[in-house]
Amino acid sequence: MKLSTNFVKDYVDIDVDVHQLAEDMTRIGNEYDSAGKLINATKLVIGKIIECKDHPDSDHLHLCKVDIGTEILDIVCGAPNARKGIKVIVALDGAELPEKTIKRGMIRGQESNGMMCSIAELGMENKFLKPEDKEGIAELGEDAVIGGDPIQYLGLDDGVIDFDLTANRGDLLSILGMAYEIGAIYDKPVKEVDLKHKEQGEDLNKSFKTEVKTENCKLLLVKKVENVEIKESPTFIKNRLIASGIRPINNVVDISNYVMLELGQPLHFYDADRLGNTLIVRMAEEGEKLTTLDNIERTLSDTDIVIADSTHGVGLAGVMGGLETEVEPDTKNVIIESAIFDSVKIRLTSNKILRSEASNRFEKGLDPARTHMAIERACALLEKYANGKVVTGTVKYDKTENKEKEIDITFQNINDVLGAKIPNEEILNVFRKLGFTYKVKGETITVKVPTRRLDISIKEDLIEEVSRIYGVDNIQGKLPTVPMKAGSYDKTQREIRNKMIALGLNETLSYILINDKEAHKFTTDDFEELHLLAPITEDRNTLRYTMIPSLYKIYEYNNAHGQKDVSIFEIGKGFYKKGEVYGEDTKLCALMTGKYFLGLNNNKNVDFYAIKGVLEEILEYLGYAGRYTLVKQEMPKEFHPGQSAYINVNGTNVGIIGKLHPNVTKDDVYVFEINLDELFKKRVGKMKYKEISKFPNIKKDVAFVVDKNIISKDIEKVIKNAGGSLLIDIEVFDVYTGSNVADDKKSIAYSLTFNDSKKTLTDEEVNNLMEKVIENVSKKFSAEIRK
Amino acid sequence: MKEKISKIKQNALEEISNIQENLKGAELENALKTLNEIKVKYLGKKGELTSVLRGMGALAPEERPVIGSLVNEVREEIENSLKEKEEKLKEAELQEKLEKETIDITLPGTKIKRGSKHPVNRVIEEIEDLFVSMGYDVIPGPELETDEFCFERLNLPKGHPARDMQDSFYITNEYLLRTQTSAVQARAMLANKEKTPIRMICAGKTYRREDDATHSHQFGQVEGLVIDKKERNVSLADLKGTLEVFVKKLIGKNCELRFRPSYFPFTEPSYEVDVSCFKCGGKGCNLCKHTGWIEVLGSGIVHPNVLKMNGYDPNEYGGFAFGTGLERLAMFKYGIPDMRYLYANDVRFLNQFDRKDEE
Repeated sequence: MKLSTNFVKDYVDIDVDVHQLAEDMTRIGNEYDSAGKLINATKLVIGKIIECKDHPDSDHLHLCKVDIGTEILDIVCGAPNARKGIKVIVALDGAELPEKTIKRGMIRGQESNGMMCSIAELGMENKFLKPEDKEGIAELGEDAVIGGDPIQYLGLDDGVIDFDLTANRGDLLSILGMAYEIGAIYDKPVKEVDLKHKEQGEDLNKSFKTEVKTENCKLLLVKKVENVEIKESPTFIKNRLIASGIRPINNVVDISNYVMLELGQPLHFYDADRLGNTLIVRMAEEGEKLTTLDNIERTLSDTDIVIADSTHGVGLAGVMGGLETEVEPDTKNVIIESAIFDSVKIRLTSNKILRSEASNRFEKGLDPARTHMAIERACALLEKYANGKVVTGTVKYDKTENKEKEIDITFQNINDVLGAKIPNEEILNVFRKLGFTYKVKGETITVKVPTRRLDISIKEDLIEEVSRIYGVDNIQGKLPTVPMKAGSYDKTQREIRNKMIALGLNETLSYILINDKEAHKFTTDDFEELHLLAPITEDRNTLRYTMIPSLYKIYEYNNAHGQKDVSIFEIGKGFYKKGEVYGEDTKLCALMTGKYFLGLNNNKNVDFYAIKGVLEEILEYLGYAGRYTLVKQEMPKEFHPGQSAYINVNGTNVGIIGKLHPNVTKDDVYVFEINLDELFKKRVGKMKYKEISKFPNIKKDVAFVVDKNIISKDIEKVIKNAGGSLLIDIEVFDVYTGSNVADDKKSIAYSLTFNDSKKTLTDEEVNNLMEKVIENVSKKFSAEIRK
Repeated sequence: MKEKISKIKQNALEEISNIQENLKGAELENALKTLNEIKVKYLGKKGELTSVLRGMGALAPEERPVIGSLVNEVREEIENSLKEKEEKLKEAELQEKLEKETIDITLPGTKIKRGSKHPVNRVIEEIEDLFVSMGYDVIPGPELETDEFCFERLNLPKGHPARDMQDSFYITNEYLLRTQTSAVQARAMLANKEKTPIRMICAGKTYRREDDATHSHQFGQVEGLVIDKKERNVSLADLKGTLEVFVKKLIGKNCELRFRPSYFPFTEPSYEVDVSCFKCGGKGCNLCKHTGWIEVLGSGIVHPNVLKMNGYDPNEYGGFAFGTGLERLAMFKYGIPDMRYLYANDVRFLNQFDRKDEE
């Protein structure tokens, strides 16, 4: 809502700088985006061209002598309409215009001491400019006083505040509403609206009928004004519309907009002769066609409210009029409609078709008192500025419940909620300043809420009013006096994140929205992906199920920016529909590529074992040591089939790990993802101290040469079985292929640790166990001992 | 005899002292060998001093103990001298070894790369820790929400202007990505079957249908809710005090707060909280649009309808709620000029957040 300060001064007497007013309004809850003068130009003065000659060295410049009252200035001017005798706007040396600063200087050898301006050069928005405002210098009327202020003369000395209002304050979408608010700040009364006009002829009810066929219209008023004279609006109307951001058209159309701005009630004017003598309000039929006044044929649905004559639709209620019955330059008689339509229905329609100044007001809700006031005000203005003759009577349809709200509240209620000790008289003062009437009986105040304040219906609303006008700054802050208790939170995620960070990965924050083509990549899980009904872009039209596409995007971004070493992780959500269930899982995802190990002799790139190491660290930190295995099954096609596996904890797959398939990326990129919700279903016991053996460990190394395709896990199982309970640890310390080992073989070296918690082991005992280990492994895998 | 012994002593000590001490490499090795040879030559089984002892039989019995003790004296003297020399040579040998082992200590250490915590999560942790210390519980909530919890139970019935279809990411008519962490308010109240007092905080991701330089379609929010018995009177003054503690801890002791009446459907009265501009300190700059203030929080007294809809009797209970965006706090705290940097996840950006915060 753009507020013209000149306009609001019609209703409340204030003399406050526009910036101060904006700040004061902000303090009581009405934020603004910008505040300033309508025209931002300095050092302008009214002058008269008393001599105008052609420039000797130019075919279009003029040499002018301009009388500005205090002196005669030589000014070189290129405007085609510059001529002797006209009164003009002179920007003096040093004048600041929106686009330029004026400096005294020489133009093609001739002295020029300023500039004569067009309206455009003053910084008026383009949509408000007529051709002559751009093409030549402004020509002021004969009544302009030489040496005077041209902005004041043009009536453009206005201040404009562009408010960003809250959704509940529809009442502030009017000058009158603003006047009450401003009056409350500065304790000034609000003046009456002038509705006076004459009425004549036969009552309109005899010649005009309305019919309301839907409950989405609660109030409909119709009046008629005859013999209007269509012409340009008076300057003040035009300027106030411009200050409010609305383009002036002609006096009749302008008056309908003017009244909407002034009172907040949108009106619609019909050409009475094109409309006929009936006005029907009904819901549109599905597929009904209507051409709106922007000359676009609209297809309507049964949620749109339509204004119709006896045969067909003539306007989209509350949103836009129809082309057929609009007021044209030849219009003589005008039907005025002032109505209240259902705000939800208007919002639906305007979202579909157009958000207009009118629909915005209908959506926020309207005060029936204003509906009545606005139609009278329009008649008064049409009589005054269009010489219209108002026809006697109003055609009325009224199903509004005209009850004034009364709310009981105590002084104590107010001070309790605010945590303050505001004196009673201060509280009553607030209601008085707001123009609310009240009665006090003992401790109880009965407040009568004016109908304009649709936002106030309960006690708490009144408490907010008190805090607004009394000032929150005047209430001292303190901490709640409530019983002490321990705060709590689940630290698991934080601990996982800290561990991953300690393991050298960067935590990222990625978007959960991805392209639907990505949704089933990197997974073979069975789920339905979730699509947005109305995405902003197709790139992000679907919720991710796995986080891998999100992290892969981050890797791609970094790669494109020359960052080849990327080790990242994130805990986030993955979303799905499985059967009829919509759900989300918390996932831990990691991606590693490039350098990870640093320093001398350590700078090899990430490989499968590096990311597996990170996975193992996390699982073991979380208490799953000895409970997880990597299981090879049918892998998603985005994974390298020979370097990927599912992460299985106690028989359930909780995640996936592996290298990305060369079809996905040529780089060596490794990822893992764990579904933490699934993982945590596998309960972990409490961390507890275990007695350490008093007897020394004995270590034995052994290396087996086996077929290349034999996996270590299987050998370890055999070793474990053979070693029995005295074998407490098996560690792989070398895998070797090359000279001395046949091409289809490999050598795996194990370090075995033996311990007996009851006594010192003898060499003989250990040697016997080792023999059993070697025998079993050799038999099972046709292994040979590597010497 | 005595003369002979004295001569041996003189010769031995001279030979020992002739061995140089500041030697290196092969020379040092030779010297050690020479030293051993000297030992054998004089003190060995066939050594000179030993042979003197052997010739003692020829002496008068009364002379024997005299010569015997003299030989022992000389043997000790030579042994000491040998030992002293040997220590010096061994020391030189050790020095040489240490010198050989000297490395370039400016070369880099062996390690894995350093990880880092995302700045937005750093801010979340700081906020959670602060509120936990004041007795709040941290409560998680779903990001895929129902219309009921995201809107209806927060006093935003269907058709309410503040819940425009245009502004939310709906999945179905019922499910949407939560537009605000406030959804967790209703969940916390409803989950509390005994209807006991609540002090909670919830931080997490939220989503709205907008994307430009200052708005991301995905952003972080933190939400706080306090509900207590009416007689304990949790009021606007308490809200003010709590947010003062919060903002001063997060942004700085010197910042000022401004409570500006506003409108949220789930609180009444409602306030937006502005903080004196962190960039210019309130003098006015581009960041604060020359107002000196930056909007940071939304807050208010819990609307009686919200209490009622979630099982709390508004005549018996009251409280306050507040919420704030996390990105702006992170941007301020670390001087990050553009919100988009937070979501680009450039590793050069991430790597900068690899150390502890200064207190």
